[in-house]
Amino acid sequence: MVRTMFLAAAGVSVVISALIILSLVGEAWNFISHVDPANLRTDGWFPRRDMFDIATIVAGTLAVAGVGLLVAIPLGLGAAIYLAEYASPRLRGTLKPILEMLAAVPSVVLGFFALVVISPTLVQPVCDVLTGGSPIFSMGAAGLAVGILITPLVASIAEDAMYAVPNSLREAAFGLGARKRATSLRIVIPAAVSGIMAAIIVGASRAIGETMIVAMAAGGTGGSLFQLNPCQPGQTMTAAITALATGSDRVRGADLAYPSLFFVGILLFAFTLVLNMISERFVRRVRLRY
Amino acid sequence: MAGVARPEAIPPAAELVRRAISGKRIDVGARLFEGILLFSLLAALAILVTLLADVVGRGWVVYAERGTEFLTSGNSRDPAQAGVGQALFGSLALMVIVAIVSFPLGIGAAIYLEEYARDTPFTRFITVNIRNLAGVPAIVYGLLGLAVFVIALQDLTGPNSNGRSIISGGLTLAIVVLPIVIITASEALRAVPGTIREAALGVGATRWETIRSHVLPYAAPGILTGTILAMARAFGEAAPLIMVGGAASFVAAGDANLIDQLFGPYMAMPTLVYNWAGLPNQDFRALTAAGIMALLTTILLVNAIAIVLRNRYARRW
Repeated sequence: MVRTMFLAAAGVSVVISALIILSLVGEAWNFISHVDPANLRTDGWFPRRDMFDIATIVAGTLAVAGVGLLVAIPLGLGAAIYLAEYASPRLRGTLKPILEMLAAVPSVVLGFFALVVISPTLVQPVCDVLTGGSPIFSMGAAGLAVGILITPLVASIAEDAMYAVPNSLREAAFGLGARKRATSLRIVIPAAVSGIMAAIIVGASRAIGETMIVAMAAGGTGGSLFQLNPCQPGQTMTAAITALATGSDRVRGADLAYPSLFFVGILLFAFTLVLNMISERFVRRVRLRY
Repeated sequence: MAGVARPEAIPPAAELVRRAISGKRIDVGARLFEGILLFSLLAALAILVTLLADVVGRGWVVYAERGTEFLTSGNSRDPAQAGVGQALFGSLALMVIVAIVSFPLGIGAAIYLEEYARDTPFTRFITVNIRNLAGVPAIVYGLLGLAVFVIALQDLTGPNSNGRSIISGGLTLAIVVLPIVIITASEALRAVPGTIREAALGVGATRWETIRSHVLPYAAPGILTGTILAMARAFGEAAPLIMVGGAASFVAAGDANLIDQLFGPYMAMPTLVYNWAGLPNQDFRALTAAGIMALLTTILLVNAIAIVLRNRYARRW
């Protein structure tokens, strides 16, 4: 009796998954079956003008996530190696909460930060030199903020993986005369490489799915031309969904804009699901080894 | 004879090891490497400090001029009158719904998976499924909420607000955090050693009695920490709320009773911040920062409480 109740609670997660797929697939199918295939290859993503160029929003997503990973991989892995290999337990106790606090900052706050600090003080000056000017809304500013958002995540997964490497391996290296740096780089990191890969992939998945920062700082509300240059505004898959949802009060109508939301949603769902499953496989490999 | 050094007799390999172990020179490369690693952590700290300092620097003036009136007044087109009162109410109401829906479901699911389920393909499917749900972007949950709560169940969730009600928003957020609650509660239950269960079962307790009187009390601090952190996450989540109508720019305050408010249009702290940040009027920049101060104070405070609870009740078996 009690058991059945708990089983029902566990079953809810299956129901939710089914609901996600059902609610996405229905409208996405509606979109695919009615859209003119020529409208899927246009100059940009302007759903209210029947221009559904998927390549535009995929390119925007890759540009933002790419900039984010360029920030998060060195910062996150550096922090992880320091915490796992160098910091004394006491120092670790004071430094780790910093990452946890950074992880707790909501993405709307980082979106505002990207708009009022990162863009004018960092992205615009650099872009002025490199490409001759950049507007206040740019994929670079959004990407840097996304990098800040996923750094704690990358750091914590990578640190867990390095922490799980048994001490006997380190002691063996020290016994052979290796120093701390060689031990970290040639013994611990190769031993934890699956977990580190998992950290990067989970970071990429979060970066692709991040919405608020991009909606606030990347520009491209209403639509965007194909753009890979981080100094320019652009639109990601997530921002395309919110732009449609906030553009008018009701995202309903006879046109294809409303069903296109769900098509983009299913694409996003598929992207992140594949990345998460790959990272899950990597994590399992770490667990099996040690 | 003993004690006389005979260096020429020492084999080269052993000499190398001796030098490596007793060498006193400073290894520049190693210091540099450690410095770079420490820099990445300090960069994270610097970003956090810059962010907090910038937000406080911009938003402080609002509290200095208006004090707590800013925290209680409703939204307005006039920056001198706009406040976060309605958004705070909306967020609190959302949190109550999230807690009512996701805690029993999440903890129940965790108890089933950790205490009752055997290792069958079905159990493994549920576990993998929950892990994948935790990785689904919040905006996709927003689409789910839009399709299910706002449109399909409109008559139940908000007949007079086109389904864009606190109920819809709360249910959507509850689904967003449910996988997190299940995973953290499972970890807390798993940390309770099997001997505790065996002791209870050995004196004739049923499985449910074992769980209620032996496992849950030991797992409670861990479960509590996890659920508190999940609430903090839900409190700051804006993306799904935007999809299900939590970004209403203006809500008629009126004298509507609580039930009507639950089924009516609403705004929440993170969506209000999003709305204000997008307004061209520069006066709203300070208000946005002030709103962020209220949002961040709540979230960081809740996180700090959770971290203290975890450290205080952490138990090593």
